[in-house]
Amino acid sequence: MALTLMKGSEAIAEAAIRAGARYFFGYPITPQTEIPEYMSARMPEVDGCFLQAESEVAAINMVYGAAGTGARVITSSSSPGVSLKQEGISYCAGAMVPAVIINVMRGGPGLGNIQASQGDYFQGVKGGGNGDYHLLTFAPASVQEAIDLMMIAYDKAEKYRIPVLFLADGIIAQMMEPVELPEMVDYKIDPEQKPWACTGWKPGDDPAKRGIINSIYIDTESLAVHNDELQAMYKEVVANEQMWEEFNCENADYIITAFGTVARIAKSAITELKAQGINVGLVRPITVWPFPYDAIRKVVDQPSVKAVLDVELNEGQMLEDVKLAINGTKEVDFFGHCGSQMPTTAEIVTKILSMKEGK
Amino acid sequence: MAVLFEKTKYLTDKQFHYCPGCNHGIIHRLVAEVIDEMNLDGKVIGVAPVGCSVFAYDYFNCDMYEAAHGRAPAVATGIKRAAKDRLVFTYQGDGDLASIGTAEIVHAAHRGEKICTIFVNNAIYGMTGGQMAPTTLIGQKATTCPAGRSEEWSGLPIKMSEMLAAVPSSYYIERVAVNTTANINKAKKAIAKAFKYQMEGKGFCMIEVLSTCPTNWGMSPVEAMKWLEENMIPYYPLGVYKDKGAE
Repeated sequence: MALTLMKGSEAIAEAAIRAGARYFFGYPITPQTEIPEYMSARMPEVDGCFLQAESEVAAINMVYGAAGTGARVITSSSSPGVSLKQEGISYCAGAMVPAVIINVMRGGPGLGNIQASQGDYFQGVKGGGNGDYHLLTFAPASVQEAIDLMMIAYDKAEKYRIPVLFLADGIIAQMMEPVELPEMVDYKIDPEQKPWACTGWKPGDDPAKRGIINSIYIDTESLAVHNDELQAMYKEVVANEQMWEEFNCENADYIITAFGTVARIAKSAITELKAQGINVGLVRPITVWPFPYDAIRKVVDQPSVKAVLDVELNEGQMLEDVKLAINGTKEVDFFGHCGSQMPTTAEIVTKILSMKEGK
Repeated sequence: MAVLFEKTKYLTDKQFHYCPGCNHGIIHRLVAEVIDEMNLDGKVIGVAPVGCSVFAYDYFNCDMYEAAHGRAPAVATGIKRAAKDRLVFTYQGDGDLASIGTAEIVHAAHRGEKICTIFVNNAIYGMTGGQMAPTTLIGQKATTCPAGRSEEWSGLPIKMSEMLAAVPSSYYIERVAVNTTANINKAKKAIAKAFKYQMEGKGFCMIEVLSTCPTNWGMSPVEAMKWLEENMIPYYPLGVYKDKGAE
């Protein structure tokens, strides 16, 4: 199949449409505005709906409304905008409304800057909004991977009734790469497949089948039952949906952990180090929730591995999960920048060399 | 035996949790009766707010959502854009609509969303126990203005119908009350007109319903009705504020 050169944000938008998304609600914010711009032109071509909301708060609530009818719905934003969406994301999680949310991460906190960042890892995987919930969270490292993940995102979201978050650094949205686009999925709302959705119940029908999209359970017993159901679902997601990549891990002396674009830079560093006779591996979580704790533990448990280096475009957020995975059995070091200065190949090489020299 | 009256099928059998003398029961029934009379079986989706009517999804016998505080017009926007043939309505109180949800209601009107909002204004936060709302009258006591609302400190009460009528794309805005039989009949006609406009594909409609809150006003239901007539209606005059369909 022919490859097309596409900008990440536009490729993500096109992939969502091909995955069956027909409703986009969003608000402009750099560095992801190309997604709503693309959607505004593309959605009418597929009888879909692009709507520019008055705020990110409204946009995520429009997602809640449209997705509750059984439609495939998407919203996108960048870090400060995703903060505004947290209320609605928590409601989607509580009401088990499947939808796709894109966060093209930029520097923070507050207004931060408009360059790439990975500073929203905690927000994405440790909650973000109120309550005990998780989002199935993908961290693509290339435009093609973002497309491929989008093509499975709605199936996963609907299977478990869990919102899906794309945690993409600004580079993923802003760079152009040659990609292969998948065929259009023919998605139609099937009330049998989505018995929870508001698809046209009427008085006289089975009262138990009335569509009620809701996250309030006012008495303690029913809230406990609801949360038990959520937790049981999360356990299934943890058991079935972990994705990660291992690169050059066999008998490695050092293991680097990194996600997104940073992991690609780490790969270049690993190649350079190999030329110097130093064997370094990479474990790259593709799902950052559920986090591949066991996979990392297994790789690091190899007798050859002396220490672990976690590299991120932040001050060390995934680092906490890496440490939980390793649980003190090996030393874990960190290298990263905040302020959106991307770690370079040379910096990672230097860091590994200093670890080797025991500095 | 002839059936002279029966409960509308658009209300469930669930017992209301509302306080004695509260007007929500009347307003719920009017909305449900109008839906029933429109023969829209399988084509109705309502959105409940946060506030006293947070459990409205348990009472209206159709597909229902429960929205975050103030966000019902955004939720209804999403529903209506995805399910264009449905009657989509929000049911919101004054804390929900006139305070935390002002952006959502103004922009739903601004876009001319083809939805209807039932706005129940009782000049106080009911569910949380009687705090001052943007609609609380000057001098009216509440738990967060124990000396009575002052203009100097909190400004004058907000008039949502007047405000939304000024938004160019709103279609039909009327303020009603349910304090007398005549007013109840007018309220039902207004709700019916709004729902009819929506099903004809017209724009945003809001019916503001002045309502009592005997519990948090500290009055008997009868005193509350009198207080509404003597204090609320003069400040919030009843009537049609905008009706593009009548122009």
